[in-house]
Amino acid sequence: MKKFTFTEKLDTRSGFGVGLVEAAKQNADVVALCADLTGSLKMDAFAKEFPERFFQVGIAEANMMGLAAGMTIGGKIPFTGTFANFSTGRVYDQIRQSIAYSNKNVKIAASHAGLTLGEDGATHQILEDLGLMKMLPGMVVINPCDFNQTKAATIAVAKYVGPVYLRFGRPTVPNFTPAEQVFEIGKAVMLNEGSDVTIIATGHLVWEAILAGEILAEKGINAEIINIHTIKPLDEQAILKSVAKTGCVVSAEEHNYIGGLGESIASLLGRHNPKPIEMVAVQDTFGESGIPDQLMKKYGLTAADIVAKVEKVIARK
Amino acid sequence: MSLTVSEKKDLLKVATQVRRDVVRMVHGAKGGHPGGALGCTDLFVLLYFKYMKHHKNFSMDGKDEDLFFLSNGHISAVWYSTLARFGYFPVKELDSHRKINSRLQGHPTPHEHLEGIRMASGSLGQGLSVAIGAAHAKKLNKDSRLVYCLMGDGELQEGQVWEAAMYAPNRQIDNLIAFVDYNGQQIDGPVDKVMSLLDLRAKWESFGWTVLESNGNDLEELSETIEQAQLLCGQGKPIIVLMTTSMGYGVDFMMGSHKWHGVAPNDTELEKALMQLVDGMEDY
Repeated sequence: MKKFTFTEKLDTRSGFGVGLVEAAKQNADVVALCADLTGSLKMDAFAKEFPERFFQVGIAEANMMGLAAGMTIGGKIPFTGTFANFSTGRVYDQIRQSIAYSNKNVKIAASHAGLTLGEDGATHQILEDLGLMKMLPGMVVINPCDFNQTKAATIAVAKYVGPVYLRFGRPTVPNFTPAEQVFEIGKAVMLNEGSDVTIIATGHLVWEAILAGEILAEKGINAEIINIHTIKPLDEQAILKSVAKTGCVVSAEEHNYIGGLGESIASLLGRHNPKPIEMVAVQDTFGESGIPDQLMKKYGLTAADIVAKVEKVIARK
Repeated sequence: MSLTVSEKKDLLKVATQVRRDVVRMVHGAKGGHPGGALGCTDLFVLLYFKYMKHHKNFSMDGKDEDLFFLSNGHISAVWYSTLARFGYFPVKELDSHRKINSRLQGHPTPHEHLEGIRMASGSLGQGLSVAIGAAHAKKLNKDSRLVYCLMGDGELQEGQVWEAAMYAPNRQIDNLIAFVDYNGQQIDGPVDKVMSLLDLRAKWESFGWTVLESNGNDLEELSETIEQAQLLCGQGKPIIVLMTTSMGYGVDFMMGSHKWHGVAPNDTELEKALMQLVDGMEDY
């Protein structure tokens, strides 16, 4: 097992904040809108540096999505900022009609995704957003794994022409990917080559997958670990190639198992190369208040849970 | 007087033809929304044939052009006819409205690359936000042209409209002229019975808009109102025109009732309607 290290834990939302400023420096057409969560989304630096390109919309997410869609007419590249819940479920029809169906170059930046938003509880902990967004034709769906990857993803999506859903989170997580990485939309990242099982993880579950890989190595199980940061379009070739070698898959994500990355992989395998798959994901329930570590444990999203699923899936080969 | 005699004559001719197109399109598709389309015809003709600076060589960004957004997308027939009659696409294509493999979808969309359409609408309440966003982009681009938006009155029951209504004056969006098709009818009946808008002028004024009122089926009065609205642009406030129209205007048996909101005329009714719409141009 390849060794992964990190020097500090950082929040992915801060990676977005830094990436947004960088993207705005690179392209004067980048603008940002926020629905009264500027601090939470780490958009303060952008607002300070580019006040004429920052639009406070108040607590009115539906209007924000429409404004962003309209701003693309004239060549602007708008990033909308609010929590993942209010970036998707609350405004699904606005995104569907004014952004996706209208093919507008809007970047939906969604923070505080999943359980690890923590103490605020289930009203804010959306676990359905990836499914909602990946079902929209033409929507690119990205869920980076750490600060550096989120920063790189933010810069990359500003250059991409078309609607994008960019999902990140609140808690600090190990920042282990390279600082100067090139982010390729739709391209899987091979973290560790192995032969017994393919672990495919997204978001901050990628670090849990690495920890699981270390535990498995001690047990003599050689895991291939792939970071899928782009849920849609899915890097089908990378997944099929890996599974052809290992013969089984464990997916890991902070999302309902229905509609998430695991489901996309299961569908891919079903169509091309049926192999056993186990999913580390939330089991079709809502979340609850708690600190992130407690929630990850209670809802089965830790390295230990990945290890257990690996053992189960290998037995099914 | 904002229209010369010959201008008015020419515009009336176009309006008559657009109304003929509308009833023929809806009849041909055996469905659609003739009522609101006929009621708003005069606005479309005035904007596209007199007041908007725009090119039939369509560009999505519309830089240095005036932009129009239709929020109540169900009256698409009048927009399609106006665009075709101006030269955006062949008038013959009007025949494909609401049919399979058409660019003229039941509700407007840029998805099929129809020239003149920049945003999908149909799910109500979204157009004003989009228009404000486009107006913002014009300001950022130092583009002095204007943005126009049309909404239905029943549509104002959607909450997003009031989010947008609150936003625009707060951000001094003064390059926007919005219109309400104030015909008092919606699918289930009179707006006042379904969900009354009460004092609509007071509502918009209290949100910080400059409110104008006009008869939307009187070319001269509407023309004067548009000119007045244009003069009021650039003064820090968005403008809204409460445009009183008669649903189905131009065809007597379709007028003033919600019955013709979303029903197509049969063969006899079509013939009767076309007999009332004379002195147009050439049918497609």
